[in-house]
Amino acid sequence: MTAEFWVTQTFNGVSYGALLFLLASGLSLIFGVMRVVNLAHGSYFMLGGYVGLSVVWRTGSYVLALAAGALVLAVVGMAMERLFLRRLPGQTLGQVLMTIGFALIFQDLALLIWGGDPYAIRPPSMLAGVLTAGPGRFPIYRIFIIVVAVVIGAALWLALDWTRVGAMIRAAVDDPEMAQGIGIRVPRISLGVFGLGAALAAFGGVVGAGFLGVYPGLDFEILPYAFVVVIVGGLGSLPGAMVGSLLVGLLDNFGKALFPELSYFTLFAPMALILALKPTGLFGRV
Amino acid sequence: MRGRPIAVGVAALVAAGAVAPLLPSYPLTLLTQVAIMAVLAMSLDILLGYTGLPSLGHAAYFGTAAYAVGILATERQAGFFTCLIAGVLLATATAALFGLVAIRATGTYFLMITLALGMVVWGLAFRWVSLTKGDNGIAGVPRPDLALPWSLAAPLPFFYFALLAAALAWAALGTLARSPFGLTLRGIRESETRMRALGYDVWLHKYLAFVISGGFAGFAGVLWAWYNGFVSPVDVQLVTSVETLLMVALGGPGTLAGPALGAAVIVFLKNFVSVYTKRWLLILGAVYIGVILFAPRGVLGALRAPHR
Repeated sequence: MTAEFWVTQTFNGVSYGALLFLLASGLSLIFGVMRVVNLAHGSYFMLGGYVGLSVVWRTGSYVLALAAGALVLAVVGMAMERLFLRRLPGQTLGQVLMTIGFALIFQDLALLIWGGDPYAIRPPSMLAGVLTAGPGRFPIYRIFIIVVAVVIGAALWLALDWTRVGAMIRAAVDDPEMAQGIGIRVPRISLGVFGLGAALAAFGGVVGAGFLGVYPGLDFEILPYAFVVVIVGGLGSLPGAMVGSLLVGLLDNFGKALFPELSYFTLFAPMALILALKPTGLFGRV
Repeated sequence: MRGRPIAVGVAALVAAGAVAPLLPSYPLTLLTQVAIMAVLAMSLDILLGYTGLPSLGHAAYFGTAAYAVGILATERQAGFFTCLIAGVLLATATAALFGLVAIRATGTYFLMITLALGMVVWGLAFRWVSLTKGDNGIAGVPRPDLALPWSLAAPLPFFYFALLAAALAWAALGTLARSPFGLTLRGIRESETRMRALGYDVWLHKYLAFVISGGFAGFAGVLWAWYNGFVSPVDVQLVTSVETLLMVALGGPGTLAGPALGAAVIVFLKNFVSVYTKRWLLILGAVYIGVILFAPRGVLGALRAPHR
């Protein structure tokens, strides 16, 4: 275990955590406002990556890929909320089965459209390359992911805590009925938050396609990570999603490096421990 | 109470048993699958239908038992009783461990935690290659030799074997559901606070339901390993858990016979559709959405009771 090992693994863990934050913050927000456990959230991530891929193939523009992925999936997410999930208020099991149904449909459609081969989006040349500093080597693309996650995290935090819309969202999270009563259009907030959550996940999918790639099965592979993040951090809590992603990113990386055969175990065992001590997660409320 | 579903169930079992010798081998293997999946679906029904706990990780217990049989039967040449007992015990122990974590949570948290715990088992099956052979799976799991005149390797005797196992599981779970314990579970499903006020140990009842349910899922897993002769991470993956949940939801939670019917529908649908098209998942997804929109209380639920 050299210093290089610790520096590299910590850096990789933090950058993976940054990617997870993009995915999990949306899941957490959606849960906060709508109490929906969205099992199609991993599908948004995967589909975002695929849409980005197609855009890169056509136009060669990475920025356009990010925008298109987020936009297309925002529309998909809003359609799911408006046309289907809204019919099942408060029915946890029904919502779960429905979002699974969508996840299966998305998986099959992706296979139909993009085939079974794995692809990767090559990042623009200014993000390629490696930075060397002291004992560590830091790929610029991973630094970029961390910067993006910090910027988006800060923007979400500022928007939720300091703007009028943010205050309306928080009101809807705290007590939807009361919020509706004082004239906040909660259904519209739900729609917007669902779109935003899907867009964040898809954005993460395009970014992730730069180093994880995008391939069939990515949806159900990434989904448990998002779940562990929000379980550890606490459902509906933005700071929880931040701390949770960082923790899960680090645990996953060190687990894979130190105990490759038990890597999933090293991720989930701490989750179980946190739950045993604090069933609502680190930042969750009852 | 509920004499009719029992009579219908018994009639279905007898009819399946009587028709079996006349069937070609393909429908017969499908019926065998139905019998095994019915056990799995009924085991989940104890949790979902009777106790009101929607588990999204039920494949974990099914899968650990299947892996136990796969490893013991191929590497140790273990026989019928060793495999059966080891499989069911391991599944029960896994459920006993996971239950300690999961039962603390309710509602949404319960769903997510069982999903995550199920993924632990999947991750171990997938990555612990020295034990599980990873993605390749364990092939060539032999069926047990019961020292009967009929070898279970043939489809027909194995079908009767699976049918008998399913009937036994149904009888056991039905007895459980009608026992005072089962009635308490139903009380907890309706109102946890009220049951607690009446002096019942809610945690213990939920925990026991969780463990028993896991044990029966393990029983199904043992049968599945023998039936399939092959154990792989597919048996423990999320989609398997979710399919089981759909079987229960489709048939009608809280009825036992319903989930068994749901298992039959899904197994036949899956196999027939995949003959005609590769787009099985697309259709399955549409089935999920359709069931939730049009028959939210399951087929039996929709048939039995008028609107409440």
